Amino acid sequence: MKLAYWMYAGPAHIGTLRIASSFKNVHAIMHAPLGDDYFNVMRSMLERDRNFTPVTASIVDRHVLARGSQEKVVNNIRRKDKEEKPDLVVLTPTCTSSILQEDLQNFVDRAALESEADIILADVNHYRVNELEASDRTLEQIVSFYIRKAILSNSVSKEKTIKPSVNIIGILSLGFHNKHDLVDLKRLFSDLDIEIHQIIPENASVHDLKNLSQAWFNFIPYRETGLLTAQFLKEELDMPFVDITPMGIINIKACVRQIQSILSNLGSNRDYEKYLSDQTKYISQAAWFSRSIDCQNLTGKTAIVFGDATHAACMTQILSEEMGIDVLWSGTYCTNDEEWFRKKVEPFCREVVITDDHNVVGDLIAKTEPNAIFGTQMERHIGKRLNIPCGVISSPVHIQNFPLSYKPFLGYEGTNQIADLIYNSFTLGMEDHLLDLFGGHDTTDVLTNTLTADNDIVWDTSAFAELSKVPGFVRGKVKRNTEKYACQKGYTEINLEIMYEAKEKVNT
Amino acid sequence: MTISNENKLTFECETGNYHTFCPISCVSWLYQKIEDSFFLVIGTKTCGYFLQNAMGVMIFAEPRYAMAELQEGDISAQLNDYEELKRLCLQIKKDRSPSVIFWIGTCTTEIIKMDLEGIAPKLEADIDIPIIVARANGLDYAFTQGEDTVLAAMAQRCPDNKNYPSKNAIEPTTDAIHPPLVLFGSLPDAVVQQLTYELSKQGITVQGWLPSTRYTELPFINEQYYVAGVNPFLSRTATTLMRRRKTKLIGAPFPIGPDGTRAWIEKICSVFNITPTKLDERESEVWSSLENYLELVRGKSVFFMGDNLLEISLARFLIRCGMTVYEIGIPYMDKRYQGAELLLLEKTCREMNVPIPKIIEKPDNYNQLDRIRDLQPDLVITGMAHANPLEARGINTKWSVEFTFAPIHGFSNAKDILELVTRPLRRNLNLNEVSSEMYSSRY
Ligand code: SF4
Repeated sequence: MKLAYWMYAGPAHIGTLRIASSFKNVHAIMHAPLGDDYFNVMRSMLERDRNFTPVTASIVDRHVLARGSQEKVVNNIRRKDKEEKPDLVVLTPTCTSSILQEDLQNFVDRAALESEADIILADVNHYRVNELEASDRTLEQIVSFYIRKAILSNSVSKEKTIKPSVNIIGILSLGFHNKHDLVDLKRLFSDLDIEIHQIIPENASVHDLKNLSQAWFNFIPYRETGLLTAQFLKEELDMPFVDITPMGIINIKACVRQIQSILSNLGSNRDYEKYLSDQTKYISQAAWFSRSIDCQNLTGKTAIVFGDATHAACMTQILSEEMGIDVLWSGTYCTNDEEWFRKKVEPFCREVVITDDHNVVGDLIAKTEPNAIFGTQMERHIGKRLNIPCGVISSPVHIQNFPLSYKPFLGYEGTNQIADLIYNSFTLGMEDHLLDLFGGHDTTDVLTNTLTADNDIVWDTSAFAELSKVPGFVRGKVKRNTEKYACQKGYTEINLEIMYEAKEKVNT
Repeated sequence: MTISNENKLTFECETGNYHTFCPISCVSWLYQKIEDSFFLVIGTKTCGYFLQNAMGVMIFAEPRYAMAELQEGDISAQLNDYEELKRLCLQIKKDRSPSVIFWIGTCTTEIIKMDLEGIAPKLEADIDIPIIVARANGLDYAFTQGEDTVLAAMAQRCPDNKNYPSKNAIEPTTDAIHPPLVLFGSLPDAVVQQLTYELSKQGITVQGWLPSTRYTELPFINEQYYVAGVNPFLSRTATTLMRRRKTKLIGAPFPIGPDGTRAWIEKICSVFNITPTKLDERESEVWSSLENYLELVRGKSVFFMGDNLLEISLARFLIRCGMTVYEIGIPYMDKRYQGAELLLLEKTCREMNVPIPKIIEKPDNYNQLDRIRDLQPDLVITGMAHANPLEARGINTKWSVEFTFAPIHGFSNAKDILELVTRPLRRNLNLNEVSSEMYSSRY
């Protein structure tokens, strides 16, 4: 048993449901007790989905415990088949079915005999994999199901599209800014003059999967979901893939160059170098921003990074290589991807942390006291407690991380949005710090009784000169606090000495 | 309106394919209510994920709750349950020093037959903290029934003259003119005060509440005490109080809405042979203060999909407000415990001259959505899984969970119920300009 208050990655079935419900016309049936369909709430709330989430439960109750599910699961599958006419039904096991050890595959086989829909049993074990691993696995399972079926019936198309084309694999529901990222990826590929052949699983039809092979190559924007599918397609259909996440200027470059080399292997010679340098110079503000004076002030500032492997790794590199920030440590809760993560971030941070225990993360943050945190909602709250600003860069997230406005993390527009995020986190921290330095945040009674007009306090020239050196956005507050102090003490004129005295006293 | 032929209550039972919260959600309000408690949910990542997301930001406020997350070794019994639980509970004792630890059993502990009830007394003696076991799992119960399982277990721990003869066991003395009365049901403290006050105006003293704000202040419950429930989902607690603690249950409608509150007080008074004073005035005063809201709801129709067991009382109140109720979905219907409430519902329908709604136990959400499409009710009270999709189809919804968290009991909170019920109606009136053309498809 493990004492746990919070988890970074959800249970396996959530991953399966995210994949199934991302496809068009795929229905998931959970083998679960009443109450485990909380996924529907999250989707309807967080994504503000206008449609009913295509997930139902075949309920496990006392009767099922006593006598097994018997006809129940089969009937539920058949019923959904008739009601919704889905292309595919994914029977989804939960922690409960893991220990009941019913022969779910048998139910699937029997239901398949009488259903129009295809039916598969998601091959995920609650005790072995988490949400992210399960999503990777389920996507591969669905794709391989349809590819193998097509191979058997000889209907896999061998033809490639005339123009270079790509499948984007791994855009899914409840994914961190996935929908925004997709917009920017579309723009990126259109700039590169590459056709987007299919996007899966988001809004894709399973019947189109057999045509995946028509694309020239596959593209996996996030490591967590899609790699298994890409590997399968490589082995089965010899499709090359790109798995460099185009997040941050340097990674975008690496990603595009890899695409270029794949295309040239396939006989289409493209030269994207000019495009890369133009974009970097004129479209992305991030490169110029790093050179600008503002960013100079970030030199030597410290940060820590924690999140899923994709976002934490890219963020670490951006902070270190593109912004010159000192990353004290960088970590991920994707413990299954440790090797890759270490290799990727080691050059850019002082220490690598692999853990899914938020207490460890919290303690480390408290110990290292960075100027800013880039993490999940959990780190944001840790930051709140410790008074350190935090930019959220990865799931798990709350509804505020499903913004209505356009906020991609990938592509050139993504670089701008990330630069804002970083800069705002740091200036926020500095502002706070300055406010503290000059007498705190408390504004409640300051406004009422210390306005200069209300009392006859005058500033002598040197004190006034000193006051004008205080940064503009806190000057008013410092002025008021000093006057308030002077007032209390019965001084009528503020000189340098009183000013420093005030700074000291009001501070405590 | 024509008089309906349906003048008897009808009950139907569907497939039980409906959406509701897992009963372990009760920890989220019970740990706040019982201030010196700690709730340990013994389950899996599934349970933890649900609580983490359902509790929202509360989870970051160092709640007095945690998961004992079962690992593969626990399932295959390679690890010793007693030792594992002891390790975790000692840690909790050290970090939080609570006066009581609740163990919430889940589906998994049921299936692997972990003997929580057997282990608890031993461990309790071992580590010197009371441990109370409640099996609030999704195999057996829905949402608010979780509280019922916890209170039923707590009812056994209330002191009485037999078991606590030495510990200053002077039964709280009162100069009451009636036998001792204990109320059960977890309510926010302000609402507890309000209801206690209403009863005191009739000369009735409340001896204690189950639960109280601290575990160490659980009320005395002796044989022959009277007890009354404040919520419709507390049937196990009621049964335990009657059978195990030999108390007398006052079966009354629940104090939800001014009509319910009045009926509740009247019933308690009648049991104690007290003639209530000024109740009539009190009730009509409240009704007239609600007039602004009543204008909005009168003549409108409502459909309860059913997920929290408050449905019968709320429907009864809304019918009194002038609404028509098409269907009352409800997870589970205890016709005995809710008997008085059901009678009041029947009576209310007759008096308001509206058809008596069908009560659908263990509803089937899919079928219900079909019926909603046919009926086009003015308001659907439903869970969050269906709220946004229904709104997108032009159907007003109020999500049902809010009724379990808002103060809705007693005279003074009737306004809050109508505030909730009319919110979608008021909001959508204001939005006409922007919302009429953007729905995905009309139902
Ligand atoms: S239904 Fe069972 S497994 Fe699911 S959250 Fe509730 S107790 Fe846990």
